[in-house]
Order: sequence, then C-alpha cells, then structure tokens
Amino acid sequence: MFPELNNLLNTSPDSVEQGTLTLLCDAGTDGSFLVHHFLSFYLKANCKVCFVALVQSFSHYNVVGQKLGVSLTSARERGQLVFLEGLKSSVDVVLRAEAEPHPLGFLREAGAGNLQPLYEFVREALEPVDCREAAWRSPVLLVDDLSVLLGLGVGAVAVLDFIHYCRATVCCSLQGSIVALVHDSGDAEDEESDVLLNGLSHQSHLILRAEGLATGFCRDVHGQLRILWRRPSPPTAARRDRSLTFQYKIQDKSVSFFARGMSPAVL
Amino acid sequence: MFLSGEQVHVLGCEVSEEEFREGFDSSINSQLVYHDLFRDPLNWSKTGEALPGGPLGVLRAMCSRTGPGPVTIALDSLSWLLLHLPCTTVCQTLHALSHQDSRPGDSSPVEHVHVLGLLHGELHGPGPMGTLSALARTEVTLSGTRSQASAHILYRRPQQRPTHETHWFSILSDFGVDLQGVSPLKSQPHPDPLTPPVDPTTHLTFNLHLSKKEKEAKDSLTLPFQFSSEKQQALLCRGLGQATSHIFYEPDAYDDLDQEDPDDDLDI
Repeated sequence: MFPELNNLLNTSPDSVEQGTLTLLCDAGTDGSFLVHHFLSFYLKANCKVCFVALVQSFSHYNVVGQKLGVSLTSARERGQLVFLEGLKSSVDVVLRAEAEPHPLGFLREAGAGNLQPLYEFVREALEPVDCREAAWRSPVLLVDDLSVLLGLGVGAVAVLDFIHYCRATVCCSLQGSIVALVHDSGDAEDEESDVLLNGLSHQSHLILRAEGLATGFCRDVHGQLRILWRRPSPPTAARRDRSLTFQYKIQDKSVSFFARGMSPAVL
Repeated sequence: MFLSGEQVHVLGCEVSEEEFREGFDSSINSQLVYHDLFRDPLNWSKTGEALPGGPLGVLRAMCSRTGPGPVTIALDSLSWLLLHLPCTTVCQTLHALSHQDSRPGDSSPVEHVHVLGLLHGELHGPGPMGTLSALARTEVTLSGTRSQASAHILYRRPQQRPTHETHWFSILSDFGVDLQGVSPLKSQPHPDPLTPPVDPTTHLTFNLHLSKKEKEAKDSLTLPFQFSSEKQQALLCRGLGQATSHIFYEPDAYDDLDQEDPDDDLDI
C-alpha cells in the first residue's frame, strides 16, 4: 500500500471504512497500481479478501505484493485471501465437464452470459462459515478488472447486475467493501463500456480516476489522479462531494503524489 | 408531498433501503412505503423472499391499486428498469400507472397518481430518452455540481404550449435545497436600442475598399478553372488537325518490355 495515497484518502489499515463501493478507473494510462495498493491495504488491515483476478497471474500480484510488504502466498494459506486466477481457470472451464458449475462458466455460453455463478463464488468465499472466520475484519471483494468481462462477451447490464448483487451481499449484508477497476477507453463508439462506467459511477461511494497527461508521456510525472467522494456520510461532512486532483510518479516500491505542476523534478 | 399528506411508494432498485432512508427524519420515513427490489431483483437467491414478478410485477400490481387520497410512486430508478426491460414495456406500464384515474366503467372515485422517475441520461440512447420525454408531463434536467446546480424544467400542459424554466440551487448538508434564483422564461433575443451597432471596418490600418478601376479589373478577370464558352470551343476544336502529343521513351537495360499484363487487371 502507498502511505501517501492513504493520507490523501484519509484512511489507514486501522480504520477501514465499511460498506463502500470504490470505483477505480483509468483513461489513457495503466491504473493497475491502484489495484495493488488496495490489495495490500486490505490484507494489512486484516480483512478477508476475495480477489477476482482476470488480467494477471497469481505470481505477478505476489511479486508486486512482496514489494509492498504483503505475501499473497501466506495470506492464501491462512485463509485470508481467496484468489480466483482467471487466466488459469478459464482453461479449466473449457476442459471441464459441462454440468459442473464454474465461476467463469459464462465462457461456455453462446448467449450474452450471466454472471450468477461468479456471484455465487464470491458469496461463498466471503460469507462467514463458522466462528473462526470472525478473526478477520470486514470482507472485501477486489476485481481486476471488469472491462475484461465486456471483452469476453458479457453484456454491460450483466456486469452491472453482478456488481449489484455483490453490493447487496458484500456491502449491505456483510458490511464489507468492493473495489473494482474499469477501463475508460475514451472511444465514443464503445457504448457498452460507457454504460458500464457511467452506471457504476452512479453507484460508487468513492471514485479514483487515473488519467494520462494530456501532453503525453513524461519521465517524471506518470499521470494524474482524480479523487471524487460521493458518499454523504454525516460524520465527515466536510468530505462530501469533494474532488481532489493530484499528479503522481510510480517508483519501484511506492508511488509519490504531488499537487499539479509541483513535481520535484520541476521545482 | 409528505407535508400534504400524500402517500409515497418507492420502488427501490438502486440502493438499499437503509441507504435510501438515511437522511430522512422519522416522520417522513414512517409515511414512506418502500418496495425493496435492491436485495434480489432477478431472483438469483431463489429463497422465495424476492417480490413476485420482479420489478415489473410490482409495478403492474401498483396499476390496480386503489387507495384513498392521492398517491405518488417514485421509481429509483427508471434507468434500472430501462436497462432490464424493453422500452415499450416500461412505457406501457408507466402509462397504465399514471392513467389509473381514467379507467372506463369504474365507479370508484378518481385518485390522482403521480409517477416520479429518476433517469440517468448518459446510460441511454436518444430513442428511449425521447420516448420517455414524450410520455412525461414534466421534465426536470439536472446539471452542474452540488454547490452550483441547475434544474431545467419543462412543463407540458395539455392544449397549451410547453414552458421552460431554469432554477439555480445548491444542495445543503441535510439534503435540503437552497434556491438561488430563476432564469427568465425563454424569449426572443432583441437588439439593445441604446448601443448603436459598431462598424468593424472603421479605424483599420489597411484599405478594404476598391476604387472604380480596380473593381472593373476584378470583374473582367476570368478564373483559370472556370468553364466558359470560349474554353469549351477551344477544347472541342482541339481534335481537328492538331498534332497529338508525343511520348519519348528510352528503355533502361533492366526494363521489362513485356506487353502482357502480369496482374491481369487492366480492362483493355
């Protein structure tokens, strides 16, 4: 996790906000550093994490996680992390007998696809089974990323329904949190992507949008991060509907944030 | 609506009941009837707790509801319904909902049913948006930010011209609305009689006007690519007795003098 980002978001592993949907969005740049941040953040906060990883392999996230101070292997072994490795299990779907339900079973369907098996997988992973589960703090669902589902032929409405049911279960019933990454292709013709992004924006409590610089690649400033709070939570009334913009530079083990135009390389 | 004692039914699809009721005081919450379609709208849990027929079933059940006093049905949200049901079904159901009072042969007293629907404009194409707009008697379009927001209101009264109004407001911490003013109704822009129109050609450092001689020279100029009758004659007469143009070709050592067409695509 990146301590500077924690300061900007006013959170820490000791005080985790519950029942929120955080939308990560990237436009013109790679926003996966935010996924790594939240993964290590919630693992350090002692939350039970269900990670639906559709983009990279387990070892990739593990290597980056170790740089950030968490070991995904040991988290998985002690039951804190439930990891769905999309790249590996998608092959299982094809080779498996059709009758057995699989979270990525929509890959076999000829039609638009229904993500109910994936929702059932998440629900089973995060619902507390016995009193031993109470050792973990609130449950967290992390998805990297939802745009891959659109690319695999699932409709935007089906993905919205999946997140809807996850919100109902994870956020409302279990008082947990959801963090999901969506790509903003910026393509005006990609209606499905727009419907997904706009639909999720209306449901999110916190939106983090990583954008590439309008002027192109820069060695010292890798992009711009816009933070938008949408949750009207009375205790922290000052935060309501607040929007902040920072620029950032990704380093080997951390990300540094600074106000626009205030990069250390420029000053 | 609550102050006037109306009954309010909320069809909640987008947020949980707790989140919806958050911020309302207890008197409002007690008057609000919440139909929870958030937990299991598509009946995935199959526990039997889901409302029968899903959102459409609940809406249709409301069509046949008759109760004392005026009723307001708030749909949160219309976008959710439009994404999951065909546009025609939604429009027909909305029409049936709001026209309950005009059923023929019904001896029960006429109740006014107001239907309030929230629509996220950027999720839908112009077709469904236009259809719903035509169905609605009043349309409120919100834009701006929390501190400086505007509501453009379009009223359509029967047999009258539609009227537009724009209200400026900001949202307070207790969800109250602080009205900041109303823009005047749309009117034709009229020129201000006090300030005379400014002639931009005065006070220039270069000459924009042509003298008479210059005008004549300009008018008699023939443009190089303009097809006039003289040019037409010149082109037509060219073929008669005029020498055709020659092409002199010196082949290199490596040139292929094969007259055949290797791609076989010339239509000679």
